[in-house]
Amino acid sequence: MKILEKERAAAKEAWKKFADGDKIRILVGAATCGRAAGALGVMEEFKKELSKKGLSDSAEVVETGCLGLCYAEPLVEVKRPGEPSVLYSKVSAKDVADIVESHIESGKVLSRKAEAVMSPEPYQGVAPISQHPMMALQHRVVLRNCGIIDPSNFEHCLARGGYEGLERAFDLGPDETIEEMKRSGLRGRGGAGFPTGVKWGFARASKTSEKKYIVCNADEGDPGAFMDRSVLEGDPHSVLEGLMIAGFAIGAQVAYIYVRSEYPLAIERLKLAISQAEKAGLLKKKFPNGFEFEIRIKRGSGAFVCGEETSLMASIEGVRAMPRPKPPFPANRGLFGKPTNINNVETLAATGTIMREGAEEYAKLGSEKSKGTKTFSLAGKVERTGLIEVELGLKLGDIINKIGGGCSEGKKFKAVQTGGPSGGCLTADHMDLPVDYENLARVGSIIGSGGMVVMNEDSCMVEVAKFFISFTESESCGKCVPCRIGTRHCREILEKICAGKGEPRDIERLEKICSTMKTSALCGLGQTAPNPILTTLKYFRDEYDKHINEKKCPASVCPKLVKFTVVAEKCKGCTACERACPTGAISGGVKKVHSIDYTKCISCGACYQTCKFGAIARA
Amino acid sequence: MENEKFLALLRTYEPMRENLVSALQDIQTESGYISPEAISEASSYFGISKAEIYSIASFYAQFKFKPAGRHVIKVCKGTACHVKGSANLAAALEERLGIKEGQTTPDGKISLERVACLGACALAPAVVIDDKVHARMTIASLDKILKSLD
Repeated sequence: MKILEKERAAAKEAWKKFADGDKIRILVGAATCGRAAGALGVMEEFKKELSKKGLSDSAEVVETGCLGLCYAEPLVEVKRPGEPSVLYSKVSAKDVADIVESHIESGKVLSRKAEAVMSPEPYQGVAPISQHPMMALQHRVVLRNCGIIDPSNFEHCLARGGYEGLERAFDLGPDETIEEMKRSGLRGRGGAGFPTGVKWGFARASKTSEKKYIVCNADEGDPGAFMDRSVLEGDPHSVLEGLMIAGFAIGAQVAYIYVRSEYPLAIERLKLAISQAEKAGLLKKKFPNGFEFEIRIKRGSGAFVCGEETSLMASIEGVRAMPRPKPPFPANRGLFGKPTNINNVETLAATGTIMREGAEEYAKLGSEKSKGTKTFSLAGKVERTGLIEVELGLKLGDIINKIGGGCSEGKKFKAVQTGGPSGGCLTADHMDLPVDYENLARVGSIIGSGGMVVMNEDSCMVEVAKFFISFTESESCGKCVPCRIGTRHCREILEKICAGKGEPRDIERLEKICSTMKTSALCGLGQTAPNPILTTLKYFRDEYDKHINEKKCPASVCPKLVKFTVVAEKCKGCTACERACPTGAISGGVKKVHSIDYTKCISCGACYQTCKFGAIARA
Repeated sequence: MENEKFLALLRTYEPMRENLVSALQDIQTESGYISPEAISEASSYFGISKAEIYSIASFYAQFKFKPAGRHVIKVCKGTACHVKGSANLAAALEERLGIKEGQTTPDGKISLERVACLGACALAPAVVIDDKVHARMTIASLDKILKSLD
């Protein structure tokens, strides 16, 4: 069944004009991270400069989503009619006049700011984006539109194949759609990795009620993860299409998107996309095959435990977001007691493409048991931070060193934390490990939602474990004892070790509490909370031992175990450390040797990191 | 007066339990916090006891029960920000402002809050000041912004 045939033809024309029209086109990456880096100011500056040069009518400045090269934000693409589009990086308001004068007016690429060319061939000595070190190994399915289209423009979405997957699902019918999803091998991208088609099958088979729900979990609570935010901000219709296909397949009438309040831009873009879809007759209107669908937005209120599906449903129902035991599974008794299917943003965003291109195409990607692609957010102490999408099964080392460019500041790699607070810390020995569900589980970690935080020699792994367990402790809902008390005890023991008061028996205690939590906590939050402790114990045991036996923090991070001193002969009196000190413990003044007041010093190391002359020693 | 404002906001929702949290979110956006009066109004509108509304609202990190300062500074405590030194930023703010996280300066000017993760991890450490995300913060750039707040 063809839907929106006329609109799509018109949209394709509009897209052609946009992609290669007779206007100068300036695309500014204005997702949250781009904005944080100053994209909106850059955009204003372009508008001002163009109007100053009398070019306002022959040029358009458009906001786009996140291309994923977050380290290089703000990113700006400039294209003159008939010429390739050039991507500029780290553009500040000061660079705008130069870009306008050189590139836009004279056709000469401003090489000092050029990052890549968006077409396949090199142009004026600038290499194509496909050869960019961060892009070369990527394979974009979910992110195919992010940073390419204007996310507020419905025509862009249609022109790029939006809702064609829904058309095909309509042709196949619900049962065949579910079979197709099973054949694609897609597994839940929220963390658990359960086969999506099988999950849909359960919800379809449930005969307990006529009324069924679909829920999109967009409550991306893992600190260090921002894949879902980028998809929602950069290509919201891909999620709506996924919801409609899922709704059609299982026989649901209503969908809820549960999205974090911390993502205001994502909410705004979603609201706009829903109203566009309603206006186009996709939502709240009966199709000829009888399918009618509605999508509602629920803003989350800041509870990490909502990553657990039964908690999330409780939250939508308007009670405290506490999990309940399963079974009954949501497929039988879910939201408001009705059969419910819950999928993550990325899972749904992949659905449209799978249905449009066919399951076989998707299943060609990835490794044997983990098909397809996965997005990861690369953050922490890595050279190129950002959002990437790769085939599952790519080696961890390729992700961190080739895509991410290795550790930043020339420091030595120590660990990478995958899967957020529920995941584990992996080491340099795991660089050849293929990143897929099975292999990460084998070494004690998880893919989770896809956060990857890189740590270097300056991170203390005991402190990192303490950080994660403090997070899960404060996010524990308190319903079950193993999680409520277990996270607290673990945190207290780790604090003790970090303060130099640990005893050898503490390791045993930690292991015992962790294994109790793993086997007896009610939900995923408590069951996986020990992972960061267990993996650091497994791979960084020597750091625990040094804290306990020698009362030393090898990374010189733990405040109680490190002391900073000023090396008088090296101190130039530049006041950099004085300004960096968070507690005002350093005094000295210009060209005078500085001194540290230890009654105020909290041993945070800010002075050590700031001093360019090596005049701060730590021991 | 206040109560009428709350009622107007509440009336944009059907009086069903599933709308309670959304209505409270709107009230907080409007007033900056959830006051006892707001809870009382919501209680009679939704037909849910005040105690239960408080129990639900207090479960979620988002809701505040005291008025916020004129400026709200949130330090991101996500993993990426943590490994890039957000704890130092928080310590500096506490020292400069003389308050702890979760408190407001006595003159009502600045509230200091934490946020679990802003999703701006690639530009860590991040600080949100009055809803604007500031990336790659240092103590020096923080001081500059602090001075510019009126």
